[in-house]
Parts: sequence; C-alpha cells; structure tokens
Amino acid sequence: MSVSFCGLELAHPVINGSGTFDAVAAERAFGPVVREEFPFAAYVSKTITLEPRAGNPPPRLWEAAGGLVNSIGLANKGLDGYLREDLPALSGLRTRGGTVAVPLITNVMGSTAAELVALVEACDERQEIAALELNVSCPNVKTGLDIGADPDSLRAVVAEVRPRTGKPLIVKLTPNTADVASCAQAAQEAGADAVSLINTLRAMALAPAGPPGRPWLGARTGGLSGPAIRAIALAQVAAVAERVAIPVVGMGGVQSSRHARDLLDVGATLVAVGTESFRDPVAGARVAAGLA
Amino acid sequence: MGPFHRRRLPVAGMDELGAYRVLRVRDDVEAAAGQFAMLAAAERWGGGEDERPLFARAFSVARQAGGESHYLLEDVGPGTKRLCELRAGEAVDVVGPLGRGFRPPGEGRRALLAGGGVGTAPLAILQDELGAGAAIVLLGFRDAAHACGAELLRDARMATDDGSVGHHGLVTDLLAEELSGERGPVEVYACGPPPMLEAVRSLCEQRKVPCQLALEAGMACGFGACFGCVVPCRGGGYLRVCVDGPVFDGEALERIEEHA
Repeated sequence: MSVSFCGLELAHPVINGSGTFDAVAAERAFGPVVREEFPFAAYVSKTITLEPRAGNPPPRLWEAAGGLVNSIGLANKGLDGYLREDLPALSGLRTRGGTVAVPLITNVMGSTAAELVALVEACDERQEIAALELNVSCPNVKTGLDIGADPDSLRAVVAEVRPRTGKPLIVKLTPNTADVASCAQAAQEAGADAVSLINTLRAMALAPAGPPGRPWLGARTGGLSGPAIRAIALAQVAAVAERVAIPVVGMGGVQSSRHARDLLDVGATLVAVGTESFRDPVAGARVAAGLA
Repeated sequence: MGPFHRRRLPVAGMDELGAYRVLRVRDDVEAAAGQFAMLAAAERWGGGEDERPLFARAFSVARQAGGESHYLLEDVGPGTKRLCELRAGEAVDVVGPLGRGFRPPGEGRRALLAGGGVGTAPLAILQDELGAGAAIVLLGFRDAAHACGAELLRDARMATDDGSVGHHGLVTDLLAEELSGERGPVEVYACGPPPMLEAVRSLCEQRKVPCQLALEAGMACGFGACFGCVVPCRGGGYLRVCVDGPVFDGEALERIEEHA
C-alpha cells in the first residue's frame, strides 16, 4: 500500500511516533535484520535539541490504566552528536526485505526561535534528512504555555523557520490546547507542509507508597500515551483534517490495523505507531500488513 | 541476540520454589548468563488491578536447559500475578533474549557470586556457564520461604534477614568476610535489590575488587526504544539498563538508588 507524502515515496502509510523507536539501539538488541526489515516506512528521530540533554531523573515511566505516562525529558545527544554519530548510522535503513528505502525525518525542538532556526538550518544542509518535524510541545518562555497550544505563537514560530529550509516541514501539534484545529490552521498558514498529532496528553501519577500525594515521576508530570488516548486522538485528527488542506499524520493509541484504518478514514494520510512498539518491536510492520 | 519480533512460546511448566515460582518455557533460542526477556501471558494480559498489566515484564533468564528457558517469579504486582498463574499448555509472549550479559572473570580471578532475593536468577545460569566448583556462591533472602530460591544454585553459603537459614544478616556481610579472606583474586558478580547492589558496589570499590552488577529497572520495551529504564552513570548522564546493561561494571555507575 505505497503512499506519497510531501514528495516522499513510502512503502506503506505507517511511520513511528517520534521518541518511540531507537533504530540504533534496536540494531544492538536484534541485529542487522533491523536495517533490512525496518518496521516503518519512514523513521522519525527522537527530538533533537541544540545542546545535549541527559533527560529527567528516574522514575520516567508509569503504567497507567490502558496506557503509559512518560517523562523522559527529551534525552538526546544534541545536534552535533546526532549529525556526527547517528545520521551516518541511520542512512541506509530499508524495509520489504531490503528492497525499499526508508526516508529519515528529523524531529527538532528549540526553546527559543534562534535555537530552532539553528537546528533547521543545520538539518537543511544534510541530504540524508528527507523532512523535518517541529516539536512545539515546549513552554513559551513568556507565557508559560506550550508554543503549539496557541495559534498565534505557533504561527510566528513556523513562519520563522519556514524560509530556512526547502525540505518538507511537518508540525507536530500538541493536544494540550483548547483548539487544535485552529493551531493546525495557523501552522498551515505559516507554511507547514503537514501536521502530525496527537502528542502525549499532560498527565500525572502518584507514588504507590510513602507520603500521600507524592508524584511518582522524577519530573512530577508527564505525558499519557497508549490505548487510553485513542478516542481523543481520533477526535483531534478528525477536527484537524476537516480544517486544513495539508496532509495529516494521525497517531495515538494505535495497536492494530483497525485503529490505523480509523485514523485514515477520518482524513489522515499517514499513521504513526508509538507506544505499541514497546509491546511488540515490529508493531509498525504488523499494522501496515493489515492495511494492505 | 533475540529474534526481531515477539514470539508466542509454550509454557512447559510452573514449579513451586517456596515463595517463588519457576516458569519453564519451551524455547529454542539460547540466552547468555545475565540476559533477560520481556514476558507477557498470551491470554488475559490486562484487566487486572487498574486494568494492568499492559506492558510485558522483564525477567533475567535463570536457566537454559533441555530446550527450555527458566524464569524466577514472585507475585508482587498485576504482571507477576498473572504470570504466576500460567500452567503447562498455556502460552507466553516473549521478546528476547535481550541485553548485555556477564563477561568471564578477568585473568587469574575466581568468580564470586552474590545474590539477593529474586536476583538469584541470573547467577544460576552464570554458575552453569562457569562450571561445577568454579564459583564461590553467596545468597541472601528475607526468610526461609524465600531461601528456597537457593535451590537454583549449588553449594551456596546462605544469609537470611530473619536468621531462619544460615547467617542472620545480609549477604553483603558474607561478601565482606570473603573479600577479607585468603581466597586469592576474585571478581564479584551480583544481582539483587538496589540497596544490596549499592552495598556490593561500594564494598568492591573500597576493596579494589572488580565487580559486574546486573541491574533491574522499570521498563516498557526492553530494547532501547522508550528511554525509561535509565540508571545514572559515573561522569554524569544516564545509561539504559536494557541495552547498555543490564550488566554493568561497578566502576561505570554512580550510587545505585531505589525508587520507592
């Protein structure tokens, strides 16, 4: 079921959610087969920031009712580490028995416009990178709200980075907003080539023992993903697909081809599998196979 | 290394071992000592307390014998509760073997195994690999029911918190004694709860003895995808227990903390 997305030719419509699959680690765990039978039609990197980030102190995970609350903290090697070490290792990923190339999509986040510009410009120079995804689920320093939660601040950020690259620009929306469709529209107006959603929903868990009311996660709050968010994802993807003309990558709690089909049916062009990969390393391939 | 997919394998049997259970799975892929697998019951996984479990649970391989992989279980939560219900004829979904296992002892060094509670598991397969009589074995448990776990190994010196079996105290008391003794150069291999591993790490650092520690951490995936299972490492930053470990050189780690 091959599909064309922002000029990229993909073997099928299933990609990974950013931060839910590490191709380099998977190859260490399972061997070179990962490079030939990659479970996704495109590989989206974990969010890359300008400077390296160690991530949040553990505990970083909580198994919730039908889902996962995570607070990883955007752990990554930083731009230089990614470009120097990861990119060479990642080019040459293939699927369908090594017959089809898997394009790379680099997800980036900056806490200032200047940081984001630096990231986008550096990635624009690399031919191994097929597209960029902007993670706008980070707080606006002035307002404290997620940049992506407010259409005006989102429009300004996308407008700032749009001229810096000719590569396809996907904006990863935040679901933690009053009006996701208007945010998507703002991204489109500012020149985004596509939008992706939903990211994780702000959530919390308490320590099972010890003083009452104490957060479990090292960073207090985290993001909820998995089956528990599937119905929310469907609503938000449907609302966005109805509002914008640019393609939509739909995700949130996809565990089967049925769930993927539902997102495609409400207007998504691609679907992403995230949390389910933790339960089944080849969930992406399994979901794709059922769509064919 | 393990195949790149989840495998549905037959349960060969479930044996009682005091407070523990030994899950035997028919499995033709061999693990190395110190490796682990992610296990989930093939049927009725979920719908327990708080609709859990959702994710598979990580267990060290305790033994590899006769076309079976063995895992040491204790019912301590919704995942282990369901796994402990499994019987011959049922099936378990397995991802693994995973992780970096134990490395052989350095030149001229004898293996000194120190286990605490369910941490006994990877030391059993390690003793199998090292061969009869090769290792000195020290095991600690909270009480007699848990001390049955020692049956997985041969010739173990025992400690129990309540004094019902062996030394009344901690396995690290026995370890300190051994390290003060006249055994010649040793390399310590340890697995157990975080406070025990921290005591081993610290003791070995003081006595300048190399040690390999098999850590445990809450993890969703087991193969480096979720970044949830990290442990602080010397020099700053974190390592993932599932792909960088679960076996670490003591020198590579910061103080090992418990998450209550």
